[in-house]
Amino acid sequence: MSMDAETENQIAGWRAAILRGRAVDAADADELEGHLREQVSDLEAVGLAGDEAFLIAVKRLGEVDALTAEYAREHSDRLWKQLAISRTDDEPRQPLVVMLVFAALAAVLIQVGRLLADIPGTDGMWFVRDLGLFVLPVLAAYFAVLRRMPVARALALLAVVAAMAAAVTLFPFEPHSATGILIAIHLPIVLWFVVGIAYVGGELRSSTRRMDFIRFTGEWVIYYALIALGGAVLLGLTSLILAPIAPDAIDDVMSWVLPSGAAGAAIVAAWLVEAKKSVIENLAPVLTAIFTPLFAVMLLVAAVGYAAVGIGREFDRDLLVVFDVLLLVVLGLVVYGISARDSGRAIRTMDVLRLVAVVAAIVLDVLVLVSMLARVGEFGFTANRVAALGLNVLLLVNLAVTAYLIARVLQGRPAVHVERWQTGYLPVFGGWVLLMVVALPPVFGFA
Amino acid sequence: MNIDKDLVAAMATPLVLAILVESENYGYAILKRVRELSGGELEWTDGMLYPLLHRLDRLGYVTTEWGASPEGRRRKYYEITETGRAQLAEQRRQWDTATRTLGGLWGLAAPAGA
Repeated sequence: MSMDAETENQIAGWRAAILRGRAVDAADADELEGHLREQVSDLEAVGLAGDEAFLIAVKRLGEVDALTAEYAREHSDRLWKQLAISRTDDEPRQPLVVMLVFAALAAVLIQVGRLLADIPGTDGMWFVRDLGLFVLPVLAAYFAVLRRMPVARALALLAVVAAMAAAVTLFPFEPHSATGILIAIHLPIVLWFVVGIAYVGGELRSSTRRMDFIRFTGEWVIYYALIALGGAVLLGLTSLILAPIAPDAIDDVMSWVLPSGAAGAAIVAAWLVEAKKSVIENLAPVLTAIFTPLFAVMLLVAAVGYAAVGIGREFDRDLLVVFDVLLLVVLGLVVYGISARDSGRAIRTMDVLRLVAVVAAIVLDVLVLVSMLARVGEFGFTANRVAALGLNVLLLVNLAVTAYLIARVLQGRPAVHVERWQTGYLPVFGGWVLLMVVALPPVFGFA
Repeated sequence: MNIDKDLVAAMATPLVLAILVESENYGYAILKRVRELSGGELEWTDGMLYPLLHRLDRLGYVTTEWGASPEGRRRKYYEITETGRAQLAEQRRQWDTATRTLGGLWGLAAPAGA
């Protein structure tokens, strides 16, 4: 017996309500809904109007809260099982198989690279430079398959990656060249943007999809770190177990298992993020909430300290990298914090803290830039200085506008502008790292 | 007449198992049967039947199978297992003892078939 539209709406609303607590799963909801519908039909058959019948049927089933509490008692495992992958019977198995194939592919490719790099007489440095090429294109391909990317677009992307691989491989780098190290740093980032293009599945201009990719990146890092921790425990125990009986085998095991595991984990982590979006969506905001105040304090102290003391002569490349990573982390905290805000209950204090963190970051960035410009004025441009200067200018512009936009948020403007600004800025970062990979080494003569 | 909540809870398992002995069945029909048997005197919050059925499933007293309703919606059928029947027999012995004891005090006849 079919229900009228109003009753259908009410049933849909009720179903959503019982599913909310996660103690009731979709199959249980089907069962309960079937019960509800049959009860409504029976009541209508004895002459009740649709809405009356619905009200009585729902009341007989019991309060939603009491009902879900009862389910939670019987199925307490479900509240935990959310951390594992739950798959209903009608969902296709394909993604798991696809994921395993791609993870295996990455694991094999990295070994091929390692064996090639081990050939006596070759300079193994190229392997360090090209490391990303053995893993990230596989991840991009995985998403291309998952998102059913049109063949033409996939081939175009493949051509870009191939051209980049050829360029990086054919560049005649000098031994221990600075540009070679810059490539090793920037190539994975360029490839990560390639992954992003595959991830957004053709909706390159969509701000929402770009934001999804930023979220994906953060969540991927969290999952990868978790897998790496597990892997470290496994390998540590393995070598302890092997030590008494086959101490010579430890190195072999490590050189086979570690690279393959690390490469395969990149795909597995991506799959986990996709499969369990909702769980970590709850984790990233928590981490952001914990660390935003701490980083704000740390940045404030650092900004005041460096402003008072000045960035001395000893300011070297390592410290510069530390600063840049710090600024990127601040940016990440701001973006995640803003994007995870519940529009219903925005917390003003957190916005103030974000503003403090960003302003302190700007102060630090200006100090770094001044120090670097002085260096450039004194000793001229090198590949390293161009790379560092460019990144810091890009960060400064981004942070300045971000600070302005957060100030506007504090005045009551919607936070979506901060998000738009960050997603709109992604191509700038992408273009810059691409320039670093393909243009910088030739300009500086592969030194 | 309102039957005490704890008593209803204690009766629930043997009642459901006994209904399933008649034939395999699904939730709504099981509840209808309960109302029918108790003449509407046994008030039960309908939704609570399902966590109970799931518990019986977990304990191995029943097995489940998805079927379809006449309208084509999926519907979960419960069938009693051998373990379930044994459990029911055990509960029946306990209930017989309880009713016989109280019956002896209150001058009621002990239920037949004990």
